[in-house]
Amino acid sequence: MVELPDLADELVSLARENEQIEVCVSRNRSTTVKAYSGEVESVRSGKSEAVGIRIIVNGQEGFATAGSLDRRVLSQVVEDARGNLQFAESDPHQGVASPDGVESPNLDLVDPAVLQMSEEQKASLAIELERRCLSADPRVSSVRSAAWSDGWGEFALASTTGISVYSEGGSCSVGVQPLAVEGNETQIGYAGDAARRPDSLDIDRVVEEAVEGATGMLGAKKPLSERLTVVLEPGVAAAFLGTIAGALTGDRVVKGRSPFAERLGEQVGASMLTLFDDPTNIDSLGADNHDGEGLAARKNMIIEKGVLSQFLHNSYTGRRVGASSTGSAVRGPRSTPSVGVHALCLDPGTGDRDTLFQEVRSGIFVRGVNGLHSGVNPVSGDFSVGAYGHKIRDGALAEPFSEATIASTLQRMLLDVVAIGGDFEFLPGGSGMASIAIEDVALSGM
Amino acid sequence: MKAVSPLLDTNLVQDTLSEAMSNGGEWAEIFVEDRQSASADFDEGRVEAMMSSRDLGAGIRVTVGDITGFAHTSDLTTNGLFEAAQAAASVAKGGSQLKPIALGGNGLAESNARILPESVSKTRKVELLEQTNAAARAENAAISQVNVRYSEGRRRILVANTEGLFNADDQTRTLLSVNCVASGDQGLQTGRETVGYTVGFELFEEHDVEAMARRAAGRAITKLGARPAPSGQLPVVIERGGGGVLFHEACGHGLEADLVNKGASVFRDRVGELVAAPSVTLVDDGTMGVEWGSVAIDDEGCPTQRNVLIEDGILTDYMWDHLRSRSAGRPASGNGRRQSYQHLPMVRMTNTFVTNGEAEPQDIISDTKNGVYVAQLGGGQVNTATGDFVFGMTEAYLIENGEITVPLREGNLIGNGPEVLQNIEVIGNDFAMGSPGTCGKDGQGVPVGDGQPTLRVAALTIGGTAS
Repeated sequence: MVELPDLADELVSLARENEQIEVCVSRNRSTTVKAYSGEVESVRSGKSEAVGIRIIVNGQEGFATAGSLDRRVLSQVVEDARGNLQFAESDPHQGVASPDGVESPNLDLVDPAVLQMSEEQKASLAIELERRCLSADPRVSSVRSAAWSDGWGEFALASTTGISVYSEGGSCSVGVQPLAVEGNETQIGYAGDAARRPDSLDIDRVVEEAVEGATGMLGAKKPLSERLTVVLEPGVAAAFLGTIAGALTGDRVVKGRSPFAERLGEQVGASMLTLFDDPTNIDSLGADNHDGEGLAARKNMIIEKGVLSQFLHNSYTGRRVGASSTGSAVRGPRSTPSVGVHALCLDPGTGDRDTLFQEVRSGIFVRGVNGLHSGVNPVSGDFSVGAYGHKIRDGALAEPFSEATIASTLQRMLLDVVAIGGDFEFLPGGSGMASIAIEDVALSGM
Repeated sequence: MKAVSPLLDTNLVQDTLSEAMSNGGEWAEIFVEDRQSASADFDEGRVEAMMSSRDLGAGIRVTVGDITGFAHTSDLTTNGLFEAAQAAASVAKGGSQLKPIALGGNGLAESNARILPESVSKTRKVELLEQTNAAARAENAAISQVNVRYSEGRRRILVANTEGLFNADDQTRTLLSVNCVASGDQGLQTGRETVGYTVGFELFEEHDVEAMARRAAGRAITKLGARPAPSGQLPVVIERGGGGVLFHEACGHGLEADLVNKGASVFRDRVGELVAAPSVTLVDDGTMGVEWGSVAIDDEGCPTQRNVLIEDGILTDYMWDHLRSRSAGRPASGNGRRQSYQHLPMVRMTNTFVTNGEAEPQDIISDTKNGVYVAQLGGGQVNTATGDFVFGMTEAYLIENGEITVPLREGNLIGNGPEVLQNIEVIGNDFAMGSPGTCGKDGQGVPVGDGQPTLRVAALTIGGTAS
């Protein structure tokens, strides 16, 4: 089988005069094992390949992609990209990234431990996960899904500007959804974990969180509508701050789709809020040596003590504003580079979660939200999502609530942050988060 | 345009199925998919990029008892397919069942498209984008940004299994969407409109892209003067075609047999019971003409059909795929779908809609003293175990004294499926299908349609900020 960096270089060498070419190629394999009723329910495995080729001539860009590295397919992809570029209008800022001299963090992300797991070990882990949820609490009646997944991938990127990078690595994850029943009521919980090595997965915690997520919500009632302080647990904080980071990307800013476009250097958030992207921290699953255009991964401050410090750029949006790329191109081989975060992190506060509840005194603790895709508009800033969790009363967690929404605007919420927890953790999605408390949010219920 | 040869050679299909059964499997299936798509983005007044994409591969499934083995590959040579067949067969433990597999059918299909989009010049597609952009910008000077996206996709599938099934389909979908940003004193607002059907390029003979662009621009402009939405429970009137997603979330997912079987649905064990207001009849219908969720066969080769799920308020049936119908000893309902050859099929909706009632839509509004009028809903999400669901309102107004008044800012609505179904007070006589959607479940997205006549729900919680 041909080595990916060689294949990428070979395709780049097809560039004609005046053509810039950027080639992304990848190979992946993955396995998912699900358990149900004490047995294996399904085993899914597969291999996939992908190629994505960008060709730019005089500022006109064409892109084509395919799910195969077959020679005939590759020639067709090159031809399709050439065919497509003729219909794009010229943009002087368009082009592939040029090396910028920033050193790669040289992280060692290759850990073969995940490759050494046998099918039997994966199956028994999934079965064990289900069994432990069932025995953790008599109210757990069944488990909708208990799954093990792992994957291993290789990725190479090369371009006519001399960029040539290669990465390889794998990860594994578990996820479980127990159902808790009491009387006529059923609640479903979910928890999962992901890591580069199987022995880094915290199964005890997954079981505990999933079961608590289901049983803890039993008896949840619709709350009264009121304005109050909401504490977002780290996963929910990641969703909220991820939306903020999206609105601070060069793409949104240069195209007039960000409510923060004119606010560089201004106080946009509470002074305790510091937000940055750090793919150089190996503790994050989002860590990488390079970005989606092959530039070195680097740490970028986004909001420092509440002040908007910079927007994130890929090479295109960087050129548009007369700046350079911040190494923030994100993409797989199947798409052109966009702008985003790799490992979004929040500076945590101090103390544990109970300390945070004591500080807040009264409000709600939001364990989960839904409708992020339908109720949050990152252009206008309107924010309204379904929420469930617990009341906070007298500085401690109280009864569960559900069937409610929380609403404000992205702009207000940043300014209304009143406390940040010390419960910092890296989430399976790669972000490093802590609970955050935001005041004056509208809770809608009865 | 009938295909002249199957997507994969018939002998190779048979041999691969035999290989998949060679380890003692009880049933095996091969799903082959060839997907070609192209898209073009028009942004900031120019064609930003044109893209094309191609995916070809196969997924092989083997079952033994309640256990499923599945493997996918993009290598459609004998070696590649046999390797995948062996990987899928590994869930079975020993005992060869080698016997020839007779296939019924010819594995051929006709395209649903009258004009295959790939046969239309890219120049024509660029013109369409320019025309849409110009119409949106001409609508109002406050329109500061317009993004138009064209996409076409052709998906040819072939499904064969050891029961002798050998079916194919050739599915083309074409879509154009426009997103406008309007800038006003109080910031930015957005308006969106999409037209998409399971058709070829003939889409644009039947739909006026300029009118669509003006509607999207109008939405963004209207919202510049929008007030914060109320917070709390109010009656909600949903415009025809604007809110089928309510039923998709409120009960559609809860009627999927895989969720029902695992106890993860509030509608479990309720067939024959009154689960909705007696005026509610809910149907899922994959045969519905050119609608976005329509397919001739599902991704297990089963022809789609019209399935009545709720009739006059009574729960009549769930939706089924191969696995779940087989264990229940009943026929499948044509609802086994998958995102691609890399995925296992599961129970999915197609086009889900509520049928007409008798009320005049205008009367529904004028009979509402105070409430919210939702003209367009965005996406939604449901917790099927509890029935709690949310959906976004992307265009909504206050109803005051029976009249539609001021526009409202965006937000989510939240309700509980079983309660909302009982709380449907009145249904209009003006049925319409809504915008094309993508339904996500367990990480897989499939195209779905929805629809409903104008109707009123007695109370839903509005997730706004105004008291």
